[in-house]
Amino acid sequence: MTTTTSPVTDPAAKGLRENSTFDKLTIAAIRKAAATGLYDIRGGGAKRKVPHFDDLLFLGASMSRYPLEGYRERCDTDVWLGTRYAKKPLHLKTPVTIAGMSFGSLSAQAKEALGRGASEVGTSTTSGDGGMTEEERTHSKTLVYQYLPSRYGMNPRHLRMGDAIEVVLGQGAKPGGGGMLLGQKITERVAAMRTLPVGIDQRSACRHPDWTGPDDLRIKILELREITEWEKPVYVKIGASRPYYDVMLAIKAGADAVVLDGMQGGTAATQDVFIEHVGIPTLAAIPQAVEALQEAGMHREVQLIVSGGIRSGADVAKALALGADAVSIGTAALIALGDNDPALEGEYNKIGSSAGYYDDWQAGQDPAGITTQDPELSKRLDPVAGGHRLANLLRVMTMEAQIIARACGKAHLLHLEPEDLVALTIEAAAMTKRPLAGTDWIPGQAGSQAGSL
Amino acid sequence: MKNPEGAHAIAVGLDQAIDVLVEGHVGYFAAGMNEQATVTITGNAGQGVAENMMSGRVHVKGSASQSAGATAHGGLLIIDGDATARCGISMKGADIVVGGSVGHMSAFMAQAGRLVICGDAGDGLGDSIYEARLYVKGQVSSLGADCIEKEMRPEHLTELAELLALAGRPEQPGEFRRYGSARQLYNFHIDNVDAY
Ligand SMILES: Cc1cc2nc3c(=O)[nH]c(=O)nc-3n(C[C@H](O)[C@H](O)[C@H](O)COP(=O)(O)O)c2cc1C
Repeated sequence: MTTTTSPVTDPAAKGLRENSTFDKLTIAAIRKAAATGLYDIRGGGAKRKVPHFDDLLFLGASMSRYPLEGYRERCDTDVWLGTRYAKKPLHLKTPVTIAGMSFGSLSAQAKEALGRGASEVGTSTTSGDGGMTEEERTHSKTLVYQYLPSRYGMNPRHLRMGDAIEVVLGQGAKPGGGGMLLGQKITERVAAMRTLPVGIDQRSACRHPDWTGPDDLRIKILELREITEWEKPVYVKIGASRPYYDVMLAIKAGADAVVLDGMQGGTAATQDVFIEHVGIPTLAAIPQAVEALQEAGMHREVQLIVSGGIRSGADVAKALALGADAVSIGTAALIALGDNDPALEGEYNKIGSSAGYYDDWQAGQDPAGITTQDPELSKRLDPVAGGHRLANLLRVMTMEAQIIARACGKAHLLHLEPEDLVALTIEAAAMTKRPLAGTDWIPGQAGSQAGSL
Repeated sequence: MKNPEGAHAIAVGLDQAIDVLVEGHVGYFAAGMNEQATVTITGNAGQGVAENMMSGRVHVKGSASQSAGATAHGGLLIIDGDATARCGISMKGADIVVGGSVGHMSAFMAQAGRLVICGDAGDGLGDSIYEARLYVKGQVSSLGADCIEKEMRPEHLTELAELLALAGRPEQPGEFRRYGSARQLYNFHIDNVDAY
């Protein structure tokens, strides 16, 4: 029998209406700011829903195009990066690479696992803000060495030991922002690598110390090439905000490849307000970047590597179809290593979180041993097993992309093209200039008759 | 090397104990990332001279543009003339001796090493400085966030005398003042919000 007092678990049933402007999360944030005087810092990327790859669909082969036989007919996945100027461009077996994540934000075990997993499937890993570690160099067959504003641990020996150089201008999670690593994670080893006192909150600069602007960048790239004998591909990484102009300027500055990171891209530690309100979605950024490459006559010559919210082979295929040459994953790779594992639910609860929600990557208490410098916690991650799980994920993502490519009749992942795609939402149609599914309508294009045939 | 005519990235990435003499003016990043080598530039140097030097010695007989010795980890950079903005920015262990004055935001976020300024320093000296030590003989227009004047103890006079001697400077250590980090911004605190 029902009682007269209904449970408070469903306020709406009592006629209580949640305010959509001041919803529960907003109220909690205001209360927290008022109580502590602190803004929220966290890891991960934008949580709000933004137009994304889910808003695109592939048009499989039909009468006018024929598909390739699944598993039988070849669909190649290899990719060359750095073919413009580098004497030794990278040749990867899959276009899915591992994004730069610093030692410091990640444990040494996590860095080793990333190296092992990537090497197992023939792709690259990337260092990060904090320098190159033995663990990663030893276990990563192909290592991209990041050159960041902080220059923590930057030295010419490591520059020469890298297989490519990535000049970092920004990250999708925080275009225009520098890095931060809170005191809890500045252990003796991390501090020594960064030449900083132990236990301080480390703020890394948002601008490079010795150059500003594209003309300077051109000379900086020249210097890096001189020091490394013109052997290594030089990437330029940008956070997605004005991708058309940034990509154009990166091309002019002499980049071999551009890494474009959208707002869903993860970070180790950034202010929530920055993550959620600065930058544009990956989906919105890719077409602008490709437009710049095409206008400069450099599409496929200067490779485009896209990151920010890539989770599956479908996302990979869609990024490539829009014109990217490769993608990078950060968050998905950490999940493969064991981040947010439901088996750790009890431990997440103890630190005020829950499996699937854990994003206090700045705090250094990660029960999975990934985003921590605590020696006991770090030991929980077995780099061999973690590396193998990552290799599995990379294989699945590559195979899923192949499944889609074959269905579209493509013998190489890089043959995927915009014509293979339609949009599911008006926003995605406007951003990608692909017609809304089932129509020939592209918002913003008068009388558009673009071929969805 | 003669008549570099302002070329960029001259003598970068040297990694042997050799002597290099550059007669004339150089462009950006001259002697960048130097290891072990001794590089002498008789003219002026463009932006980022000896940036990220690891060891060795770079001597600019003229003046230097912005970001001289940026992020340098080791070695000695001597500038006989002036250096402009951001001299020693983000320095990580090198020693820099400037015969003349430096521009604004010098030693910004300087992490380690020593910067000796025989002339004046522009605005915001040592802003957000970590553990680097700054010695200035002339006027300081203003100090940046978390940078304060500190007591000149005997060990500081000794190290300063050594640096001046290495750089062949006539100044006396007693004429300088010392600046460094107040270490108030090392861990975020809401009460320091005005400084952020
Ligand atoms: C833990 C963590 C640390 C990161 N550290 C760096 C870094 O040091 N340098 C950098 O350029 N990007 C860094 N990033 C961003 C990644 O390189 C990449 O842009 C992003 O993770 C891609 O988006 P995704 O996480 O959605 O795959 C980091 C990301 C994470 C999750």
